[in-house]
Amino acid sequence: MTFLLFAEQMLNGLQFGIMLFLMAAGLTLVFGVMGLINLAHGSLYMIGAFAAAAVAGATGSFTLALIASLAAAAAAGALIELTVIRRLYKRDHLDQVLATFALILILSEGTRWVFGSFPLYLDVPSYLSGPVMLPGGIQYPLYRLYIIGAGLLLAVGLFALIARTRIGIQIRAGEADREMIAALGVDISRLYTLVFALGAALAGLAGALVGAIQSVQVGMGEPVLILAFVVIVIGGIGSIKGALVGALLVGMTDTMGGVLLPRVFALFMDPSAATTVGASLGSMLIYILMAVVLIMRPSGLYGST
Amino acid sequence: MTRETYINAALSLLLVLVPFWAWSTGQAYILTLCTKVAILALAGVGLNIALGLGGLVSFGHAAFFGIGGYAMGILASHAQTFDPIMDWPILIEGTKSMPMIWLVAMLASALAALLIGALSLRTSGVYFIMITLAFAQMLYYFTIGWPAYGGEDGLSIYVRNSFPGLNTLVPVQFLILSYVILGLALLFSARLARAPFGLALSAARQNADRVETVGIAPYRLRLVAFVISGAITGLAGALFADLNRFISPTMFSWHTSGEIMIFVILGGVGRLYGPVAGAALFILLEHLLGGVSDYWKIFLGALLLAVVLFARGGLIGTLAGREVAHG
Repeated sequence: MTFLLFAEQMLNGLQFGIMLFLMAAGLTLVFGVMGLINLAHGSLYMIGAFAAAAVAGATGSFTLALIASLAAAAAAGALIELTVIRRLYKRDHLDQVLATFALILILSEGTRWVFGSFPLYLDVPSYLSGPVMLPGGIQYPLYRLYIIGAGLLLAVGLFALIARTRIGIQIRAGEADREMIAALGVDISRLYTLVFALGAALAGLAGALVGAIQSVQVGMGEPVLILAFVVIVIGGIGSIKGALVGALLVGMTDTMGGVLLPRVFALFMDPSAATTVGASLGSMLIYILMAVVLIMRPSGLYGST
Repeated sequence: MTRETYINAALSLLLVLVPFWAWSTGQAYILTLCTKVAILALAGVGLNIALGLGGLVSFGHAAFFGIGGYAMGILASHAQTFDPIMDWPILIEGTKSMPMIWLVAMLASALAALLIGALSLRTSGVYFIMITLAFAQMLYYFTIGWPAYGGEDGLSIYVRNSFPGLNTLVPVQFLILSYVILGLALLFSARLARAPFGLALSAARQNADRVETVGIAPYRLRLVAFVISGAITGLAGALFADLNRFISPTMFSWHTSGEIMIFVILGGVGRLYGPVAGAALFILLEHLLGGVSDYWKIFLGALLLAVVLFARGGLIGTLAGREVAHG
């Protein structure tokens, strides 16, 4: 395998990892602060992508489309937090899994009802399309670089928000001791709605950004949701740092595994069999990674026990 | 007799009367639906042992359902083409005999449950939910990428497998077979809950520390429960594959895990007849609402949400009150 292909796949893995981080950050915050498993997080990703595709179709502006994805997902997140999610904080995980599974059914079928079963397309704007030349002679799509840049910027912003602002202090305090910060006069239910909407907005934006590479369709959030769960479980649930490390690990493993494994198997198998076996093992690889991490460290890499 | 016993009896009567009516008026479709209810309820009975009795929230029971299905698919497809599964070191041939297929399906899923359980039970809470999901997803992707038995497209079996003395292609005969198996599983499940093992398992769910203090290891109890649970769900998978005469990776998908869980919750967690009531309600809704609207899952979602938020204890819990059968 050539260096160029390898470098290109590394960048793909990085891009995938960054997107997973945007999804996983919301999930892990919601779990860390409110103790809630939210399976409907993938639906917010889908809502963001649909909002972006609809707005881009109507106005032709990609920037407006991204703003729409943030706004729509945050609004949808706040709405479901106020109506359903807040009744679930005191329930056990089983109730949470089921209620949010029910939300997936409602949101997916609702979206299908509004937009139909056919996929929508969200085009990469002309100023972001086409390849660019990177140092070392690597040709790489500009849009994917844009995703990496935007994602990294958001990650830095999120870390700054958590570490440096008043809201961030309240969020961290909420993770440590909810009764105490409520007693100190922080409006805990408003904080919960805010955290949920923030996570939703990040998921919605991720959906819009990825929607321009893939098609926008009902059910697009589910594979990503499962991967985001793998990410936060590997990283340790509730840890933003864990989510970042886990996301990059999963993104890299998934991308590199899919590319490298068929080549490894080709060394001792016939090529067509090596491709199928390698590819299927490649998609199993992250689950194997997760199982190994959990067996070694039952509460993830950065999880508190 | 408690109220729950009456409800269970009424439900059993209903499940017998509906197919009897359908059979006497010649509606084969209703018979197939009732068979489907019995088989899916069986999968739920399996999960209910882990979930209701043991408190183990497994989000990966599709793994066992799928393994059961693929056990049937692999054995039957080899029998169909007269091509042995392996001829070295020992000759293993396919089979179309249901009892043999069931045995293999249960053994294979029990073995898988032993491995998955042994690793997963080291974790608890959310991590347990997620690691069981991860194992099911592993198998899902494995079957998608495994071309020998159809890969992503799945595999059709042309003729339903045989049971000595029965013609399983006659809907009512296959229905009776499924009902008998479900009945046996319910009987087993009721006995298990009252046996010392079941009591200890229940106690470990309620307070693991106390159980440990009296000298019983919760880990082993849970592992055995998980294995039994997986074997029953695997048997349901084999029957389900035979009902459709088709297997596909969808049997392993996380929607399948979610749906098996829905049967248990809709009916009532830890209730003996919970999975039966849940599966019957699910199929009824699918049948009634599916005819009204293509978007029937919105209503299913809304109902499920209502059950979780307002009717804790599911259908049986709402009807029978808060006393819990499985202690």
